Amino acid sequence: MGFFETLVSYLAFPFVRYALIVGVLTALCSSLLGVTLVLKRFSFIGDGLSHVAFGAIAIASVLNLSNEMLFVLPATVVCAVLLLRTGSNTKIKGDAAIAMISVGALAVGYLLMHLFSTSTNLSGDVCSTLFGSTSILTLTLGEVILCVILSIAVICVFVAFYHKIFAVTFDESFAMAVGTNVNRYNLMIAVIIAVIIVLAMNLVGSLLISALVIFPALSAMRVFKSFFSVTICSAILSVVCTLIGMIISIVGGTPVGSTIVAVDIAAFLAFAIVGKVRGE
Amino acid sequence: MAQLTCTNLTLRYGENVLVRGLSFEVNAGDYLCIVGENGSGKSTLVRTLLHLQAPAEGKIEAGDGLYANEIGYLPQQTLVQRDFPASVREIVLSGCQSRMGLRPFYNKEEKALAQENMEKMDITHLADRCYRELSGGQQQRVLLARALCATRKLLFLDEPVSGLDPKATAEMYELIERLNRKEHITIIMVSHDIHAALRYATHILHIEENVFFGTKYDYIKSPIGRYFMKLHHGKMDIRSGKSDKEKDLSRIPAMNTNMVKGGE
Repeated sequence: MGFFETLVSYLAFPFVRYALIVGVLTALCSSLLGVTLVLKRFSFIGDGLSHVAFGAIAIASVLNLSNEMLFVLPATVVCAVLLLRTGSNTKIKGDAAIAMISVGALAVGYLLMHLFSTSTNLSGDVCSTLFGSTSILTLTLGEVILCVILSIAVICVFVAFYHKIFAVTFDESFAMAVGTNVNRYNLMIAVIIAVIIVLAMNLVGSLLISALVIFPALSAMRVFKSFFSVTICSAILSVVCTLIGMIISIVGGTPVGSTIVAVDIAAFLAFAIVGKVRGE
Repeated sequence: MAQLTCTNLTLRYGENVLVRGLSFEVNAGDYLCIVGENGSGKSTLVRTLLHLQAPAEGKIEAGDGLYANEIGYLPQQTLVQRDFPASVREIVLSGCQSRMGLRPFYNKEEKALAQENMEKMDITHLADRCYRELSGGQQQRVLLARALCATRKLLFLDEPVSGLDPKATAEMYELIERLNRKEHITIIMVSHDIHAALRYATHILHIEENVFFGTKYDYIKSPIGRYFMKLHHGKMDIRSGKSDKEKDLSRIPAMNTNMVKGGE
């Protein structure tokens, strides 16, 4: 059986179609704020939050919640707000707080899973939370619908506040001086990041989320020169890379998350070369 | 009434009191230079005047039809901007952000305003270029065009020539002077460059232990002014005491660009 026949035969399964829908939407959302995250030096907050999400999932699975997302999402959003609060006081304190919360959440999460898990395959569970492995292929219809709603909300908020996000990212002091409520927009960005992280956990797992957010933006920045073109390019690139990665992993049986990130890395190298050639 | 009146301000940086009892006012059309050594509180004063931080004591009042969000600001460049992928047009347009309220996109008037200010700053040909690829002087003109989108009345400039070469510095000062004279925009500029301050400004605010505020002519006669000029090897041939500023300005020798101090 050829590659395409295999693919078509897989597409007959509803869980494969769900996976593709969720994957595309997640990739689109996560790429939107990439530029802002990279340039605002917010990437560490994203990384910290993904660990928090891991801890929250551990708690949710210990509590045996039927839909983990309903617990993980609010918990992550609350942590995003808290991290931003501490981060705005003084730099060192904020960094330390983020390191503390993120490593703490990882440790406590694993400890809880170890102590209370009813599952027989603990390391498999942990691996799947950290690296995504197969969770994208085991989504229920409810999770898919929640995912679609959240992605659409993220995209709408991003489009509605696109110019404000640009202004706040490019020059916070100027924005403040002309009366833009910078703190409110920073808070909004943090909440969107939290939502994106929870969305992306299913796709690539909590350790690899930052890659999904940062790689497309960094690749697009090698080649394109305006904020608008970088945003559009990173969105398209992210969706394409994720689709390629998912198809390879479904047909070839490789882990989904790491395959997607590997494709992202390849794209980054290609863009870096194009950028270099153009620059000369 | 003055555009900006400060009464009895106390500025603090952390626990340290930098300045106490600072009072001054800025009228429409003034060109005020704020000078003083590093750490004297110039930047803190600007942040306070822009309402980015609250004064420890005292009050700031806006008057003469000036609203708090009608202030244009040219901040010092930040590290983030060095590798920011943004076109000149996008940056200039962002000067209109306070006009748009909750409307998600810029309208025709705002786009026209951005275009007009790009023409004023002579950067129309750079509109689609990437900000990070421009020279220092061009970048400052982009940020000045953005500030002009936010105001028609009052511009705050924080070390506008820091890091520029002598030619770009002279061009920048001429642009600012033109805005002050032709467009009647009030200028408040933080500067290290005492020579430019004396050449262009109408008023000087010198911040240190003994604050000086007054016209340039009073400053030159004051002990602190003389001391500060001596410190910067300034031998200015300015006939003080004349009321006709224009006439007097023409007698000030052309700025010697070798003497221009960049920022540190």
